[in-house]
Amino acid sequence: MNTKKIKGFWLFVILSIIVYFAVQMAANIGMVNNYHVNTLVYICINIILAVSLHLVIGITGQFSIGHAGFLAVGAYISAIVTMKLSLPFPIALIIGGIVAALTGLIVGIPSLRLRGDYLAIATLGFAEIIRIIFLNIDAVGGAAGMQVTKMTTWTSAFICLFITVLVIVNFTNSRHGRACISIRENEIAADAMGINTTYYKVAAFAIGSFFAGIAGGLYAHNFYIIQPVQFGFLKSFDILIFVVLGGLGSLSGAVISAILLTIVSTFLQSYPETRMIIYSAVLIIVMLYRPQGLLGTKEITDLFKRKSVKGGS
Amino acid sequence: MDWIQQLVNGISLGSIYALIALGYTMVYGIIKLINFAHGEVFMIGAFVGFYAIAGWGLGFFPALIIAMAVCAGMGMLIERVAYRRLRGSTRIAALITAIGISLFIQYLFIYFRGAQPEAYPEVISNQTFNIFGAQISSQSLMILGTSIVLMIVLQFIVHKTKIGKAMRAVSHDMDAARLMGINVNTTISATFAIGSSLAGAAGVFFGVYYTKIEPLMGVIPGVKAFVAAVLGGIGIIPGAMVGGLVLGVVETVVSGLGYSLWRDAAAFVILILILLFKPSGIFGKNAREKV
Repeated sequence: MNTKKIKGFWLFVILSIIVYFAVQMAANIGMVNNYHVNTLVYICINIILAVSLHLVIGITGQFSIGHAGFLAVGAYISAIVTMKLSLPFPIALIIGGIVAALTGLIVGIPSLRLRGDYLAIATLGFAEIIRIIFLNIDAVGGAAGMQVTKMTTWTSAFICLFITVLVIVNFTNSRHGRACISIRENEIAADAMGINTTYYKVAAFAIGSFFAGIAGGLYAHNFYIIQPVQFGFLKSFDILIFVVLGGLGSLSGAVISAILLTIVSTFLQSYPETRMIIYSAVLIIVMLYRPQGLLGTKEITDLFKRKSVKGGS
Repeated sequence: MDWIQQLVNGISLGSIYALIALGYTMVYGIIKLINFAHGEVFMIGAFVGFYAIAGWGLGFFPALIIAMAVCAGMGMLIERVAYRRLRGSTRIAALITAIGISLFIQYLFIYFRGAQPEAYPEVISNQTFNIFGAQISSQSLMILGTSIVLMIVLQFIVHKTKIGKAMRAVSHDMDAARLMGINVNTTISATFAIGSSLAGAAGVFFGVYYTKIEPLMGVIPGVKAFVAAVLGGIGIIPGAMVGGLVLGVVETVVSGLGYSLWRDAAAFVILILILLFKPSGIFGKNAREKV
């Protein structure tokens, strides 16, 4: 069992190095133009967001619909660090992540006492409050927004994505991750088994917020300008649909749906209404006919496992 | 006497919130679902009222009745198409579907009609009365009066009619109500119809009061009306009325003090405070959780 896990880990490392260099080479020799590289960076950001929300909703089962709030915190804080304090970009990303995680703690400690619908509404409320705070601070440009130099590159986005996926996968497979899954399955039973549910819920929430903050830093330094209106409820909804569509509890599902939906939405960029109609219709249909999402709680790697068992023995 | 005027403005705004909140609270009380699409029903009500007044040249009350009827139909349609299938599934699935329906209606409406705002015609002559030195418009009195009448009618329906008794029974215990021979599906449809018609009326009032309507207007009042419902104790009808009025007055006071940009934050701060300190709301009773 343990060797299998280590094998999977190295497979993941080698695969990501191959993907990274393939894109890097293709960009160098001009096979992929800047527009496509930009789309790839955007896909990386969306995967980070999807995976970080997956930890909160899919693994721990806490239904948060205010993830864009933490994205906004990461984006604004990292933009302030690079633009106003002129510190280097990696430091800005880390500071953005840490501040987002602290915000996650501040939001999580009181609101995670709530459950289900109430928690959803409370997180929505917190995200709106965060947005309104940024809207009212003149130092960051208010409603007009804040100019940010483009610093996000394919390399930085990919490294962040790599670290995020690695940390979240390892967290999920650890003792802490299993505690979180037990909370998702039945909170009262988990409590009765001696798991400190509040601690794990808040920890998962803070880790999710940290990576959302990292994604925010990348996001801010990719679009030249950040405005409070970009971090409204619709952004939270965009992230939510990645997780829900892929399957609540499936990391690979979240990754796949983030990739697919980002590609679809870049094609529909000039038709925002059509995009939203398709998004919401897909969401309704999936919920009505397959409420567990496309992959359910399975991972894409489970498919290979079954095959290897058949062939190997 | 600036304060009286603020108070009257706040109560007018609050009565609009209260009408929307009633729909939320009735639906939540009966099937434990936050009907996110309720804000969109409110928006459709405002537009139906607009077309009835500006297109067909109807007066205020006929337009109000048409808007309420259309919204009642729409509420039943939403329930039939989306929520009925979800009755046995998880709360999260139902909540996500509700969000999906809400966005679907918004953007379908924008797709067919366009996103441009519309100016509401002046359908009630706007006189201002001078009461105790405060300037009070006839519009806000009209809105207040009509809302009170609608709320009294609602109380009558819920407490004195057969369908109202059925509603209370279903919201108390759905299975027991079914065993007693109550048609649960019809009762839930009726709840949606009544709640949605109140939202439609609120839409027309909103248009008359603020004179500007647009396809995305339902989002913020919808969420705030939910806050009002939680504030009063969700599932409790008088609670929604009181919650709406309190929220309206608080918002008007916050903007009256010169913090109009923070107005929207005020509602959410109230929401979070009430969720943290008394999640069952002002009128709510604490329910023990059963394992």
